[in-house]
Amino acid sequence: MNWMYLVPAMPFLGALLLVLFSKKIGKTGVSLIGCGSVGIAALVTIVAGLQFMNSGLQQFSLPLWNWLSIGSFNIGITLHLDALSLAFTFVITFVGFLIHIYSTGYMAEDPDFARFFACMNLFVGAMLMLVLADNLLLLYFGWEGVGLCSYLLIGFWYKDPANGAAARKAFIVTRVGDTAMAIALFLLVQHTGSLQLTDILAKAPTLWTAGDATVVTIAFLLLGGAVGKSAQLPLQTWLPDAMAGPTPVSALIHAATMVTAGVYLIARTNVLFTMAPAAQATVAIVGAVTLILAGGSAFVQTDIKRVLAYSTISQIGYMFLALGVGAWSAAIFHFITHAFFKALLFLGAGAVIVALHHEQDMFKMGGLRKSLPGVFWVFLIGSASLAAIPFVTAGFYSKDQIVWLAGASAQGGAGYWIVAIVGAFITAMYTTRMMLLVFYGKEKTHVHHRPGLSMMVPLYILAVFSTLAGFIELPHTLGHVTLLSDFLQPVLPAVVTAHAGTALEWGSQGIAALLCLAGIYIVWRVLPIPFPKEVKTFLKDGWGFDAAYNLLFVQPFVQLARINRKDVVDSLYAGLAAVTKYFHRMMSATQSGILRWYIMGIVMGAVVILSVIIWRQYTI
Amino acid sequence: MILFLFILVLVLGAFAAWLSAAWNKKLPRWIALMVLVFELAMAAAFWADAGGGDAGWYVTFIRPWMPRFGISFSLAMDGLSLLMLVLTFFLGTLSVLVSWNEIKERTGFFFFNLLFVLAGITGVFLTMDLFLFYFFWEVMLIPMYFLIGIWGHGNRLYAALKFFIFTQAGGLLMLLAILGLYFIHGQNTGVFTFNYFDLLNTPMAQETGRWLMLGFLIAFIVKLPAFPFHTWLPDAHTEAPTAGSVILAGLLLKTGAYGILRFVLPLFPEASQFFAPYIMLLGAIGILYGGKLAYAQTDFKRLVAYTSVSHMGFVLVGAFSFNELAYQGVVMQMITHGISTGALFMIAGSLYDRLHTRELDKMGGLWPALPGMGVVAMVFVMASLGLPGLGNFIAEFLILAGSWQAQPWITVAATIGLVVATIYSLRIMQKVFFGVSLREYKLPDLSLREVLMFIPLVIVIIWLGVYPQPVINTAKPATPAVAVHFTSK
Repeated sequence: MNWMYLVPAMPFLGALLLVLFSKKIGKTGVSLIGCGSVGIAALVTIVAGLQFMNSGLQQFSLPLWNWLSIGSFNIGITLHLDALSLAFTFVITFVGFLIHIYSTGYMAEDPDFARFFACMNLFVGAMLMLVLADNLLLLYFGWEGVGLCSYLLIGFWYKDPANGAAARKAFIVTRVGDTAMAIALFLLVQHTGSLQLTDILAKAPTLWTAGDATVVTIAFLLLGGAVGKSAQLPLQTWLPDAMAGPTPVSALIHAATMVTAGVYLIARTNVLFTMAPAAQATVAIVGAVTLILAGGSAFVQTDIKRVLAYSTISQIGYMFLALGVGAWSAAIFHFITHAFFKALLFLGAGAVIVALHHEQDMFKMGGLRKSLPGVFWVFLIGSASLAAIPFVTAGFYSKDQIVWLAGASAQGGAGYWIVAIVGAFITAMYTTRMMLLVFYGKEKTHVHHRPGLSMMVPLYILAVFSTLAGFIELPHTLGHVTLLSDFLQPVLPAVVTAHAGTALEWGSQGIAALLCLAGIYIVWRVLPIPFPKEVKTFLKDGWGFDAAYNLLFVQPFVQLARINRKDVVDSLYAGLAAVTKYFHRMMSATQSGILRWYIMGIVMGAVVILSVIIWRQYTI
Repeated sequence: MILFLFILVLVLGAFAAWLSAAWNKKLPRWIALMVLVFELAMAAAFWADAGGGDAGWYVTFIRPWMPRFGISFSLAMDGLSLLMLVLTFFLGTLSVLVSWNEIKERTGFFFFNLLFVLAGITGVFLTMDLFLFYFFWEVMLIPMYFLIGIWGHGNRLYAALKFFIFTQAGGLLMLLAILGLYFIHGQNTGVFTFNYFDLLNTPMAQETGRWLMLGFLIAFIVKLPAFPFHTWLPDAHTEAPTAGSVILAGLLLKTGAYGILRFVLPLFPEASQFFAPYIMLLGAIGILYGGKLAYAQTDFKRLVAYTSVSHMGFVLVGAFSFNELAYQGVVMQMITHGISTGALFMIAGSLYDRLHTRELDKMGGLWPALPGMGVVAMVFVMASLGLPGLGNFIAEFLILAGSWQAQPWITVAATIGLVVATIYSLRIMQKVFFGVSLREYKLPDLSLREVLMFIPLVIVIIWLGVYPQPVINTAKPATPAVAVHFTSK
């Protein structure tokens, strides 16, 4: 396990090499370094992970060097491996590797091939630092690094100013959340004197009682960071625009990295959230509201990537809901299955987009079932998983667990359960709509280029995992497998159920399965769905959040900057200079060379001075 | 003796450079380069030798000068001074390199002024006699006035004059305060002296202390500059030649921060505590106001100048928080800001060489033409927005983590500055390197000289971001009063 430092080091090294030698190594060299570095990281993860599981250790830390040490405040560059970070590391490196392989095909004709892989490697490296960090400052390093890479990659095709705007939006909006998180770190430094995660989590119960104002504030601020990176309400607006980047980037952002960072952060600091019931309830509410709003928006998009983007926001909403009701491992389970099927869907969408000469509008697609059969099948598997078709898909098991626990857990309730089940219904509907528009009906655009092996093989592998990953955790009613939750047990406490019962659980699953099928059937029969135009536009624009933020924050800032470009403070000094000049002119006007004025002045001055003297003599 | 040598070599080098121009116009730059490399090597060797662990005064140099008035030629070096010297010679060397081809007229006098201003700065960082301090403070001023006024851009005379009047007005207030302190100490103890260590614990009335402190403070925050005394800076930075901007931003501003740490806090502990919340508030206002103005600018150098106002606000916030985290953050900020802003000015200079404009609206889409410079610019733009992994993040994090414990709400305002920094920093990249090119550019990417300038800067800023411990160990507060202040909490 001492080789573990290679896991984040390899992608960083890859990025460095690609920046320095991009011109000399050619496309093959770039592909080799770009994919190879992540591939090695994935291999090392598997080896280290197996060692870790066999060792029986609950956690393993690997100090690399001392970052900061001031008085009693010590921060090390230290990696920390436990069940939670191992689960994330595995998904990041493995799915990341497949996305890299796919990219060698997808980006083959791009002149900036090397820059693309350099940024992708950096992205994976930053995300790995985030999940392997032993302290919050190092986590913050990965956290911001991920933000940087998203900026670089969303704006990858920099010639179009719209891409640049989307890239900046992603960075700035997430930075708003990061600022909240930074303040949480200041509070933790103040109260615990440390940022080391195990330290904080051990100290927290001795420092605060549950519900103490400080710990609630900290949890809320951490949540602020999490909603930024994970694109939850109210900071979700950057994610749909982030589709400006190349499609593999979207896959990486949505599946393996970045947006799941918030889920990781909350799961990692679960002790703090458990001690702050108000904050934890807010997590659940944010998740619940987000999953419905984003599901509604996904339903009316015309751009295939935007459908998937909104669906990501919605699915992360499920994870937040699970975290909020204390179903920690259910959130991680859904993260894993979602990583596989969402990567699959994005890469599949990428294959479609390339095949149609960079067409992203679903209404110009159609009938691709016959012309792109391979893509059709894998996309179908991914969609089935997203829609959670019962029993055969991974998405069913992970989502079903959240739906059930949203109602059954001690912190859950009927309200959450209803939201979750309605969300599942909407998901089935928009997924079916997407499938139908893209692959069924009449062919509207001719396929000009079939994806090669480098693109198809990752899709096949992901398709397999999108199905199999569901079986690592099965409900009581269906086989009762608890591989994942047992594995995560040392880090994430088990969920406490309040309203459990086999009959109830069957009921929940039955209703979920039924609604899913009903959703598919309804869309199948009545597409296109008749929506009033205003509602459609409103939903399509993401419930007016962008417009509101533009009005409330962006415009005032820009206008204020425009008005005060010349710096109003300077006019104070300019005024001072003007007054001085004025007096200078007045005085110099008296120097006229006319002798009788001078004499007059002397006389007047003498009179004034004498009068003052005399007056003072007599009054004192 | 080595301390005296630091200054002497610069002064002698300055005259040598001036005289050598009569012989060959290219000689002065070689002399200046050699002098500064020598100084840098000397300072680095000293640092390596001194290690970092033990706080305290490494070396002192005292010669009587005017004993009758209690004035001595007194130099001393602790960790803070040492770090500032290394920074001075590092940026000094780079500023010779940026002037290599930029300065074509009166090269002798140019490098004379360049070395002389560095000599003044070195003196400021070393001297422990207040009279001598004031002397060096003025020595910095005049060569800088010439650098801006003679080799600057279009509106150079206005800018040079404005710079001179602002700093001179502040300096005079400081002179008054120094004299006040001198006489009060003399009256109360019978010893008339300008010696820093003797003046440290001058007994004085509370109100007197506060007035004297304000005298010092204003001189330093004009130099820093803090809101609302910052308006000389955008003009001076914009009009100065590249080397002038690098020295102004990288070093001259730091003398203000240094003055606060070295003189204001230790000499007037009570008054500093008393004014701390107001000064921190000024700092926070500066962070946000400077950031907002930076966003509004269309001139590259002017934009970077306003980012300095914003970043120096952090220094004020940190210096008056009175705890060790913030203190270390301030020292770090002085160094990293010098490097990152210096680098941005150098990029502006390199772009000006190629495009003959500083207007952002006339740039755009330069990435394909200048990928190497784009990468370097990206690094320093990220440094300026405080990306972890680069030195500026360490500085800002430590300052904010420390100031949070003193003034949470002011810290929140300052932290919002990080978002503003993101907004203006990303605008630089977009306006210069991304977007559509206005023309078909055929420009040379980084030359060998530029690579030699930028690579060390990139290495240093990353080094400070991932392993800042050597600097932290060296910067441990050495001045007794500072040490008491910063460790008691």
